[in-house]
Amino acid sequence: MKPAPFRYADPRSVPEALEVLAAEEGAKVLAGGQSLLPLLSMRLAAPATLVDLNRVPGLDTVEVTGDGVRVGALVRHAGLLTHGGAARVQPLLARATANVAHPAIRNRGTTVGSIAHADPAGEMTSVLALTGGSVTVASPSGERVVGWRDLFVGPLETSLPAASVVTSAFFPALPPRSGTAFAEVARRRGDYAVCGAGVVVTLDEDRRVAAVRASYVSVGLTPEVHDLTDAVAGSPVEKADWAAAGALARTLVEPDGDLHASADYRRLLVGVLTERTLTSAADEAVERTPA
Amino acid sequence: MTTKLFGEPVRRREDARLITGRGRYLDDIGAGALAAAFVRSPHAHARIVDVDVDAALDVEGLVAIYTYEDLTGPLAEPLPVLIPHPQLHAPRTGYPLANGEVNHVGEPVVMVVATDRYVAEDAAERIAVTYEELPVVVGVDASRAAQHAVHEEIPDNVAARHHQETGDVEPALAAAPHTLSFTQYVERSACMPLEGKGVHARWDADDRSLRVHTSTQASTSVRAAIAAKLQLSLDEVEVIAPDVGGGFGVKIVHPWPEELLVPMAAIALGREVKWAEDRREHFISSAHERQQRQEVSVGFDDDGRITALDVHIWHDNGAYTPYGIIVPIVTATQLVGPYVIPVYRVVVESVYTNTVIVTPYRGAGRPQGCFAMERTMDRIADALGLDRAVVRERNLIQPDQFPYDHHLTFQDGRPVIYDSGDYPALLEKLKALVGWDGVGALRDDAEARGKLLGAGMALYVEGTGPGPYEGGHVQVLGSGKVLVSTGLTTQGQGHETSFAQIVASELGVPIEDVEVTTGDTRRFPYAVGTFASRAAVMSGNAIALAARGVREKALRIAADVLEADPGDLQIEDGVVQVRGTPGASIPLRTVAVLSNPLRYAFDEAAKQATQFATHDDTKPPVAPGDAPGLEHRDYYSPLRSTFASGAHAAVVEIDPATWEIDVVNYAVVHDCGNVVNPMIVEGQVHGGVAQGVGGALYERMAYDADGQLQNASFMDFLMPYASEVPDIVIDHQQTPSPLNPLGIKGAGEAGVIPGSAALASAIEDAVGRRITSMPISPTELYDLMRSETAERTAALDRRTGVGA
Ligand SMILES: Cc1cc2nc3c(=O)[nH]c(=O)nc-3n(C[C@H](O)[C@H](O)[C@H](O)COP(=O)(O)OP(=O)(O)OC[C@H]3O[C@@H](n4cnc5c(N)ncnc54)[C@H](O)[C@@H]3O)c2cc1C
Repeated sequence: MKPAPFRYADPRSVPEALEVLAAEEGAKVLAGGQSLLPLLSMRLAAPATLVDLNRVPGLDTVEVTGDGVRVGALVRHAGLLTHGGAARVQPLLARATANVAHPAIRNRGTTVGSIAHADPAGEMTSVLALTGGSVTVASPSGERVVGWRDLFVGPLETSLPAASVVTSAFFPALPPRSGTAFAEVARRRGDYAVCGAGVVVTLDEDRRVAAVRASYVSVGLTPEVHDLTDAVAGSPVEKADWAAAGALARTLVEPDGDLHASADYRRLLVGVLTERTLTSAADEAVERTPA
Repeated sequence: MTTKLFGEPVRRREDARLITGRGRYLDDIGAGALAAAFVRSPHAHARIVDVDVDAALDVEGLVAIYTYEDLTGPLAEPLPVLIPHPQLHAPRTGYPLANGEVNHVGEPVVMVVATDRYVAEDAAERIAVTYEELPVVVGVDASRAAQHAVHEEIPDNVAARHHQETGDVEPALAAAPHTLSFTQYVERSACMPLEGKGVHARWDADDRSLRVHTSTQASTSVRAAIAAKLQLSLDEVEVIAPDVGGGFGVKIVHPWPEELLVPMAAIALGREVKWAEDRREHFISSAHERQQRQEVSVGFDDDGRITALDVHIWHDNGAYTPYGIIVPIVTATQLVGPYVIPVYRVVVESVYTNTVIVTPYRGAGRPQGCFAMERTMDRIADALGLDRAVVRERNLIQPDQFPYDHHLTFQDGRPVIYDSGDYPALLEKLKALVGWDGVGALRDDAEARGKLLGAGMALYVEGTGPGPYEGGHVQVLGSGKVLVSTGLTTQGQGHETSFAQIVASELGVPIEDVEVTTGDTRRFPYAVGTFASRAAVMSGNAIALAARGVREKALRIAADVLEADPGDLQIEDGVVQVRGTPGASIPLRTVAVLSNPLRYAFDEAAKQATQFATHDDTKPPVAPGDAPGLEHRDYYSPLRSTFASGAHAAVVEIDPATWEIDVVNYAVVHDCGNVVNPMIVEGQVHGGVAQGVGGALYERMAYDADGQLQNASFMDFLMPYASEVPDIVIDHQQTPSPLNPLGIKGAGEAGVIPGSAALASAIEDAVGRRITSMPISPTELYDLMRSETAERTAALDRRTGVGA
């Protein structure tokens, strides 16, 4: 369990990083290393060069505006988890990062890295999707914004070319009259979820359910957002049948089975977690909707 | 400070060193050594057609490559069958490097030695082995069906048929008022010490001596094996177990191929060579345990008293049987637990599969035996509508029945005779500790919160401290320091503390003056090893006897100096004094100086022992039959094992929406005779419970039909974290063993034994569906609850309101 030989580069700027990435075939970005290094050690990946972002200045900031939260490429999960401003604008961020691994891993692993890694078992890919987020990508041809739908191609696969650096991820703010919640079932505390669910409930001015969206963790090959509005549309929030929304969710997902959970069990959890998270998201939506 | 430390919760002296990074584990040794890495079989069963090393030869830093062809003499023979047994009719062991055939994924085929481990792995990756795949046997049922053979010459896959009986079981079953028969399974798990195995070897060509450090539970026997296999004289080999980061059984097996190959390479290359096992290697090439299929038939009367028990077990022993049939024997003989079983027959068929070898893992067959017996008790209670505690209580051996002879033969070849115990009191304490009689109210309370609550219990008796022997050496130096050594090894149990407590108490010295060394053949060359909860019983008693020998000699010398009767002397805080006569005293360190008559004074203290300082010229300086020095060596060899006991109860809450299982209460009553250090014993129990919970709810070795281990990493093999281990409440009972001077019974394995049985019982109680295999996870529980064929318990039908 020792990596195959690789060259190590530690650029001091994004353009310098891109130069190495463009020049050397099989070069890979290294951020927190919490996903990449185990792959290297097990020789499941053998990149010729590692381009370490950790000495690039300016990538470690969280910018909060009324529109949303921009998370720089070197912001650790732990930094986002404890960022009060970010939590006010988009409460899902702290709620979801609390479920990412253990403190030691959150102290090193980056939120952007986990999105670039595109693991359908990761919380933050799902949150990026649910919030309708995007990433900013620097490449030799310039900088562009890529929406989540265009980013995730398959498990551990993005649409980004090899010579690119994700400089930040942007999570839009929680819309008015909306509430969110996140919950997951894991075999052990801190493990990747057997199934996780994030939801957003939006009410109309009369506190009737206007929109319900959900996104799941460890369900499907890439993050998806499911519209569950039909199950509860127009219902006064206090009477909304969240179990019906859970039942609808069960019909929409296509989970796979693995060592820790059968596909059926995941589908069961999709229903249960949807109902549970919607109940608490609705409470938050009510709080945020003037009577 | 007081010197009577036996029985006190003295803080572990080794912990500061171990938890602040000052431990010296195998991989801390030999920073400049060459590194070994292995090419291991990717197939579960295959013939090796060709090994092509060419592509590896130009890797810079490569030093040597070894295949089976390079092995000579005894090294080219199969590894030893460590524990032969007449009923092990078809033993098989592997070779240090595969000889033409591989029988499990992970079997070593080629050893590469290079300047460091990275380079060694680079070279190993380039070695091309061509295999011809053979049919694969995975799991007891496939092995039993014997459609394919693991070893061609053993077509039925049966290595051993272990059989014991105490009477004629068939008529006894036929005559029983009630009978039940059922089949159940226990899965594989593994020891998983946080430090894997590892070996470092250094050959001194000038001195013609080999020094081997290995992360082992049995350094003396590794030494003998290395000497035999490498054709060295025993005096040319020394083996040392440094700090060892956990063993739990896997490191009692020896010699592991690497324990022979690394020294072989060190001698051949004249360089230090080291191998430190990585986690993946540990999963696929060390050892596992626990898989069994159990068929149980039991006869009982209207009160739930057992009249006959017939058990047939198929035990998966993996690809080879280096450790003989110890695990089957332990299951067979410990199954009966604390109960009177008037007629008992057990057959354990030990069968081959194309998987990693199966050797003792903490509990070593006892958890499975306990699972068979305790689940039988649960079924009897269910069938008769009795409380599960009541059925157990009615079957218990009573305190006046000791010594109690089960008429079985234990793993040490000696009779299973329980030396002492009080099982009814154990059960009473357990019921009180867990609140057994109040479970109904807890169940109602949980139901109001939307949870299903259940409770379960399991009792066990554990044969501990088997022989043949251990030894101890105690020596008082002129500085006052007391050196203690024993040959058995330490893997974190706190021997530096508990053995020091024994010596401090026996000798009357401050514990700070006592230094304990274990597992170093330079210090103590005769030993057996650390396994079967034997260290405190065996080495503890041997060390106590050695300390008593030192004490006797010290009193004799001091009596001379003080012109007193040895019977009037006492030793306290390292000073020998005449009882009731203040001032008439001599420090033990001075006695140590005087014990060794000297010609040369190398320091101030030594002057006292030189020829012109001592006066009695009527006797030779060293009397006939005496020896210089204040030291003593002694051995403890028991007549038979001593039997510890205990009882566990678990309360679980299950979420009927997600089927998550939460252990909300876990109670342990534990009896290991006289306790040297209750804090250490509780720590052992905690660790055992953690492994019990792991085996019950989290861990399994997920082999696919091709014999590939699908979860060979800590990502997918789910050892419980601290956050998954319940809070544990412990109560003690002490029934001293009459068999040994200190009255000790072993405590090392106890905590793990009843975990699966108690938790299965609790889950079954909560959900009302029969649990017939362990471990169980939420996804499996969900399947069980949806299954139309799953058996509903009678207890459930006496209650209402549980469904999927
Ligand atoms: C024991 C353990 C448990 C874990 N549990 C969870 C969990 O429950 N949930 C969860 O979501 N994650 C979990 N993780 C993963 C963790 O969250 C990682 O932090 C995350 O997946 C990757 O972030 P990183 O910064 O470590 O990225 P790295 O490991 O450095 O990189 C991961 C991949 O992303 C690429 N990459 C990283 N940053 C960039 C960038 N800025 N631009 C372009 N490409 C980039 C790398 O090239 C690499 O391919 C766990 C990890 C461990 C070791």
